Amino acid sequence: MARRAIREYDAKRLLAKYLPNHLEGFSYPGEVALVTPETNWDALVDENPWLAKEKLVVKPDELFSKRGKLGLLGLNLSLDEVKAWIDEHMGKDQTIGDLTDKLTHFLVEPFVPHEEEDEMFLALRTEREADVVYFSLQGGIEIEEQWETVTQIQVPILSDISEVDVADALTDFEGKERVVLLIRALHKFFCDLAFTYLEINPFVFVDNQVVPLDFVAKLDDTAAFECGHKWGDIEFPVAFGTHLSAEEEYIRSLDQKTGASLKLNVVNPQGRVWTLVAGGGASIVYADTISDLGFGSEMANYGEYSGNPTREETYEYTKTILDLMTREPDPEGKPKYLLIGGGIANFTNVAKTFEGIIQALEEYKEELIENKVRIYVRRGGPHYKEGLQMMRDLGERLGVPIEVYGPETHMTRIVPMALGGKS
Amino acid sequence: MTRPDYELFDRNTTAVINGYHRRPIQRMLDFDYICQRQKPSVASIVNPAGAGLHKAFFGTEEILIPIYGSVAEAASEHPEADVMINFASSRSAFPSTMEALDQPTVRTIAVIAEGVPERKARIMAAVAREREKTIIGPATVGGIAPGCFRVGNTGGTIENIVSAKLNRRGTVGFVAKSGGMSNESFNSIARHTNGIYEGIPIGGDAYPGSTLLDHLLRFEANPEIKMMVCLGEIGGSDEYRIVEALEDGRITKPLVAWAMGTCAKEFPTNLQFGHAGAKASTEKETADAKNAALRQAGAVVPDSYDDFGDRIRETFKSLEAAGEIEPIVEPEVPELPMDYEVAKRQGMVRKSTHFICTISDDRGEEPTYNQIPISQVLERDMGIGGVISLLWFKKELPDYAREFIEMCLQIVADHGPAVSGAHNAIIAARAGKDLISSLVSGLLTIGPRFGGAINDAAHYFKQAFDAGQKPREFVADMKAKGIYIPGIGHRVRSVGNPDVRVTLLKEYAREHFPSNDLLDFALEVEKVTTAKKGNLILNVDGCIGVCFVDMLRGSGCFTEEAVQEIIDLGYLNAIFVLGRSIGFMGHVLDQKRLKQPLYRHPWDDISYL
Repeated sequence: MARRAIREYDAKRLLAKYLPNHLEGFSYPGEVALVTPETNWDALVDENPWLAKEKLVVKPDELFSKRGKLGLLGLNLSLDEVKAWIDEHMGKDQTIGDLTDKLTHFLVEPFVPHEEEDEMFLALRTEREADVVYFSLQGGIEIEEQWETVTQIQVPILSDISEVDVADALTDFEGKERVVLLIRALHKFFCDLAFTYLEINPFVFVDNQVVPLDFVAKLDDTAAFECGHKWGDIEFPVAFGTHLSAEEEYIRSLDQKTGASLKLNVVNPQGRVWTLVAGGGASIVYADTISDLGFGSEMANYGEYSGNPTREETYEYTKTILDLMTREPDPEGKPKYLLIGGGIANFTNVAKTFEGIIQALEEYKEELIENKVRIYVRRGGPHYKEGLQMMRDLGERLGVPIEVYGPETHMTRIVPMALGGKS
Repeated sequence: MTRPDYELFDRNTTAVINGYHRRPIQRMLDFDYICQRQKPSVASIVNPAGAGLHKAFFGTEEILIPIYGSVAEAASEHPEADVMINFASSRSAFPSTMEALDQPTVRTIAVIAEGVPERKARIMAAVAREREKTIIGPATVGGIAPGCFRVGNTGGTIENIVSAKLNRRGTVGFVAKSGGMSNESFNSIARHTNGIYEGIPIGGDAYPGSTLLDHLLRFEANPEIKMMVCLGEIGGSDEYRIVEALEDGRITKPLVAWAMGTCAKEFPTNLQFGHAGAKASTEKETADAKNAALRQAGAVVPDSYDDFGDRIRETFKSLEAAGEIEPIVEPEVPELPMDYEVAKRQGMVRKSTHFICTISDDRGEEPTYNQIPISQVLERDMGIGGVISLLWFKKELPDYAREFIEMCLQIVADHGPAVSGAHNAIIAARAGKDLISSLVSGLLTIGPRFGGAINDAAHYFKQAFDAGQKPREFVADMKAKGIYIPGIGHRVRSVGNPDVRVTLLKEYAREHFPSNDLLDFALEVEKVTTAKKGNLILNVDGCIGVCFVDMLRGSGCFTEEAVQEIIDLGYLNAIFVLGRSIGFMGHVLDQKRLKQPLYRHPWDDISYL
C-alpha cells in the first residue's frame, strides 16, 4: 500500500491547518465537522460554534464522488435540518453502481452561496519526473467533458514551484493573482504533506476566502515516518462497498499479528476453483491464468501466504480456505479444485510450510471427499523435493486425488491440467 | 572503468554494502565462489555503528571485509567498487542513497527497502538520471548477472543458482517488476533458453529508480544479449514506454513480454494488489490493455502467463535456427563447502564439546535452574535458598534447609565497616573505582585470616568427630598443631554473655534438623575451651559451619563423600562470600552516595623506621 485515499473532512482539516501559512490576502478558515455514528452533537457544536450560527451543507464523506447527482447533498440547511438529514441517511444502505454499503460518515460545513460560473478546478498529481498541476476556470462535475479548458503546469521533481512561471502558464482572467498564489501554496502543501493526488473541484473565491466545495485527496502512507505528526489523527478508510467476510477478517487479523503475509479475498464462494498460493506475484499469475483460460466465473478466492509463515499460520490459513470450500458440494455434483501453487521460493523452507497445509488437509479428509475435491500442487525452492514427497504421501492417505509437480513444470500448468482447456 | 555503459556488472564488479547484513554478504560470496570469480564481490561494508572488520567465507577461506562508518569513507577507500547495495530501512534509504549518488565512484545502486516514500524515490531517480547512474529498486531483491555478480539475496539458494544456470551467462536479458517471481522466471528462462545474461527485478513501487524500458534499452545495446523477456504488471504506464520504443525502433531484438494482473476484471471492485504501483485506475493501465498494446507493437505476447515459457522457447529456438546463438560450454561448478551448522543439522559431522554444564540451560523457551524453569522457581516460592540448592547443590533441599541457608546469608551479610573486606571496599570506592572493582577489592581479602572460618570450622570439627576424637583430644590436638580452632572465640561475648545469633541458629537446628551430632560435639568442645577462658565460645562462624554439616547429613540428600566434597570445594566459603557481598556493596554504594573523597591514611598512624 502506498497511495491511500483520505476523507474529505481530513483533507480540508489539513488544508485549513497548513495552507494559510503560504497565502496572502485571502485564507481558508476550514470550518468542517465530521459526523459519525458515535458523534455527540452537543460536543460537536461546542467545538464548532459556527454549526449553530450558519446555514450548512451536509454530504456523505465515504470516498465516493458525484454526491449531488446521487441526491446525497443537503444544501442551505439549519443545524436541525442537518441533524434530520443525517438521521434519515445514517446507517442506511446506499447503492452506487454495483456496490452497496451503509452510510456512516458525513461532512458538514458552512453553506457558501456563489455563482456557478465562478467555479474553478484545480488538481495535482504526480508523474515520474514532475508534479502536474491542472487548472481550469470551468470547474464542476463536467470537467472531464471540458478537458480542453484545463491548463497543465509541470513542476519538475528536482525543482521548486517558485522556479516555475505559473502566471505565464495561465491565460489572463480576473483574480488571476489569487489563483497563482493558491497554486503555489497548494503545491507546497502537496509536497510537504506527501500527497499523491489532490483535486479541488470545484472551488470558488468568496470575499477574502478560498472555498473548496469538493475535495478528493490521497496520501502516500509510506511517508508516515516523516509526515505522520503533521497528518495528526488521520484515517485511511476502506473503499465504499468493501465488506470483509468473517473469514477474510480472520485472515486479516492473523496477518496483522505476524511478520509473515497472509491475504485472503473471497471472490465467489460458489466458485469451484480455490487457490492456496505462496507469494504475492505468483498469486496474481495464478488468478490471471484462471481468468485467461476462461474460468474467471469459477474463481472462488484470491490471496497468498508468504514471508515464512509458521506451521500454525499456514494451518490456520489452509483451514479457513478448506472450510469455505467444503461448506456444500457443487449443486450439479461437479468436482472442485484446490490449486496449491507457488513459484520457486528464495529461502523459505517449502517442506516446512507444507506441514501446516497437510495438517489441515488431513483434518478435512471427509469434507474433501464429499465435495469431490481434486488437488494440484506445484512448488519449488529449498527442500521442495521433501515437500512434494510429503504431498504425494498425503494423497495416498487421504483418498483425494492429488497431483504434484515441481520446478520442471511451468508454474501455472496445473491450472489447465485441473480445469482443462489445455493439456 | 572499462565497462561499457550498458553493462552494470561483470566478473570484476565489487560492491559496497550499506547496512551490516551478514547473510546476503555471505550469499554473494558463495555465488562468487561457485562462479569461480577471482576476487570476492563485496569490497566493504558500511555500518554507522562502527568501523572494523567482518569475517566471512570465500569458499573454504576466511576473509576479512573492512567495515566503514560512512558511505563516503567506504567509497574513497574502495574506488574500484562501483556498486552500492543499500540495505538501509525505508526511513534511511533516501539519505544513504543520495550519499551514494554523491560518490563519483558509485555507478549503480540497488535499494532493497520497501516503503520508501514516493517523492523521495522520485528525487533519487531524477538525481541518478541527471548523473547518468542507475538505481535498481526500491523494493527489490536486487538483480543478478549470472556468472558475474549477484546483488544480495537474488537467485535464492546456491542449489537454485546452479539449477537455474545462474552460475554462467546466457543470452537472455530479463527484466521484471515483481521480485517475488524472479526465481520462478530465472528457472523458466533457463529451461527454455540457454539462460539469462542479466536479470533485474526493478521493484513493485509506483516510481522505481530505473524502469523496465531503461533496462531493455541496455539489453538492446548489449551485443551479447540476443533476446529479451519482460514481465510487467497492471498499473502505471511503464509498458507504454516499451511500446513506444518498439514502435520507434529503439527496440529491435526479439522481446517476449507479459503484463501480470489480467485477472483484475474478475473482481467487483478495484482490489489493491500487493504492489503499490499495481492499482489500475484507468482502462489503459489494465494488464489486458498493456498486453494488447505490446502485441500490437511487435512484442511476442502470450495469450496467458501459462504460455509465457512456450513463447520464450519458440523465440529462442528461432534465433538458434538462424544461427544467432553460440553454444555455451558449461563451466565446472566447484562444490561449496557446507557450513558447519548445516552439516551438523543434517547429522553429517560431530565434534566434541569444550564445555560441560550441569546446573542450568538457556537453550529452551525459558532458562532453567537444574531443569526447573525459572517461572516455576517463582511460582513455588523457592526463594534464594531454593535457588542456591538448585544451582549449587543440584537438589531440591527440604524447606528447613533452604530456610537455614537464607538465615546464614542474612547473618553474614555485614559486619560493619572496620573488617578488612568492608574496609578495602570502602577505600576502593573512595578512590573512585566502580561498584564491581570496589566489591572485588573487598572480596579479595577473604581467605585464611578473614572470612574463612565457617568452612574451616566445618572441616576441623567434622574431621575430629568422624575420627572419633573426644572433645578434649581435639582441643589438645589442635593446640599441639599450633592451630586456633576455627569457630571458637569471640571478642566480647562469653558464656555469660551469649551471642543471640548463635542462640537462634542452635534453636533452629535443634527444632528442624533430623540430627545435631556435630553441633552437640562442638558444644562439648566449647565446654572444654570456655573452661580455659570465658570468651572461647562457639562463635557464629563455628555454629554455621557445624550446623551446615548436620543439615547436609540430616537431609538424606548426600552421601558421606558428597558431604566431604561440599566442604572441600568451599561451599561454605561461598555462603560467606555471597552473603558478605551484600554488605560490601552496601558500603560501596554508601560511600558513593556520601560522595566521600579519596582516602589517605594519616602519617601519624604509621610508624616509620
